[in-house]
Amino acid sequence: MPGPLGYTIWFLGALLEVSVVVCAIARHSLRRYLFLNLYMAASFLVSVGRYQILNHFGLKSTEYTYFYFYSDVLLTICLYFALINLYVHVFDEMKVATMVRRTAVLLLAGTAIFSYFVVEQSSGRILTHFVIELSQNLYFVGLVLTYLLWGAILKLRETRTRLIQLVLSLGVYFSVFAATLALGNLYPNLQLVWGYLAPLFGCLLPLSWAYAFWNHPEESRLSTASLAVIPR
Amino acid sequence: MMAVGILLLSLAALLQFFASYCRSLIAASSKQALSPEVKDVTGLTKGASGEDFARVIQLLHLCPERPEDRSSVQAIAAYFRMISFLRATLARVVPSIRAWTEFERAQCAYFAAVALDRRIAFSRDMLAQQMDT
Repeated sequence: MPGPLGYTIWFLGALLEVSVVVCAIARHSLRRYLFLNLYMAASFLVSVGRYQILNHFGLKSTEYTYFYFYSDVLLTICLYFALINLYVHVFDEMKVATMVRRTAVLLLAGTAIFSYFVVEQSSGRILTHFVIELSQNLYFVGLVLTYLLWGAILKLRETRTRLIQLVLSLGVYFSVFAATLALGNLYPNLQLVWGYLAPLFGCLLPLSWAYAFWNHPEESRLSTASLAVIPR
Repeated sequence: MMAVGILLLSLAALLQFFASYCRSLIAASSKQALSPEVKDVTGLTKGASGEDFARVIQLLHLCPERPEDRSSVQAIAAYFRMISFLRATLARVVPSIRAWTEFERAQCAYFAAVALDRRIAFSRDMLAQQMDT
């Protein structure tokens, strides 16, 4: 079972997930960023579900393991669509929303097929291996897509402060998680990474999104020229 | 080998996203003018410099926290340490980076001063509410 620190981080994460939705509602942005808020609401529900199953069956139980990995892949797919939603916002004026969505679905299907071929050779429990593989691959795809989106924001000179901060927070989150997954592959017995660091980093995204919704109205603007690390 | 490559790429992306995120926080506050009393208290009458950051942060810790800016102040403090590290290491070898790091450090100090301004206004509002009740 997680220790008091583990529970505290878990509780904090769930609280922050709710606070994103509350901030979005308070700032009348729920519908505008619907997929982001749906992802946060789903994350909160999954946290509650995991807590219930953990209490009933325990950390080492099959039920908890299955619920953890299956809910994780669903959340990752939700986050993927939240990212696509940000793409739609950035390319709003070009009227390419349908094309972006179709490409996103194709890319998701491609990632799923690739993940299937990777786990095809597994001896048993192929679905469970597939779910874990898909989740990890989607994180890397998410990181690459966020990087491309950031490039597009700089190129198109996007000025919406809130949108910029939502994208950058997502970039930080994806890169932290990709690094954590890589670290986990290098050192599988490093409990600190899986037990505390990953959930702690998981709090960063709702924290920064709540900040972006609360502090920056949709009309707030800033110059992208001041954001590039190498001055343009 | 693959995992090491992914780790290095992820860390490089993380650094870039984090730096850009912090710069977006700084850019959002750079438009805000400081009140005369904050200029007096912090000594930022002729603009901010990197050396002012530690002092402004100390003053910031004396004020009651605003829940809204806690995370952003922590992020900028981490960014300031990162830039200071660059200044102490890479900038010695590549002098052109020195001016850039100094500008960034000054921007961080200005961000902290704006946060201080907001906290003072927040404390004043809280005091006024307590006086009313």
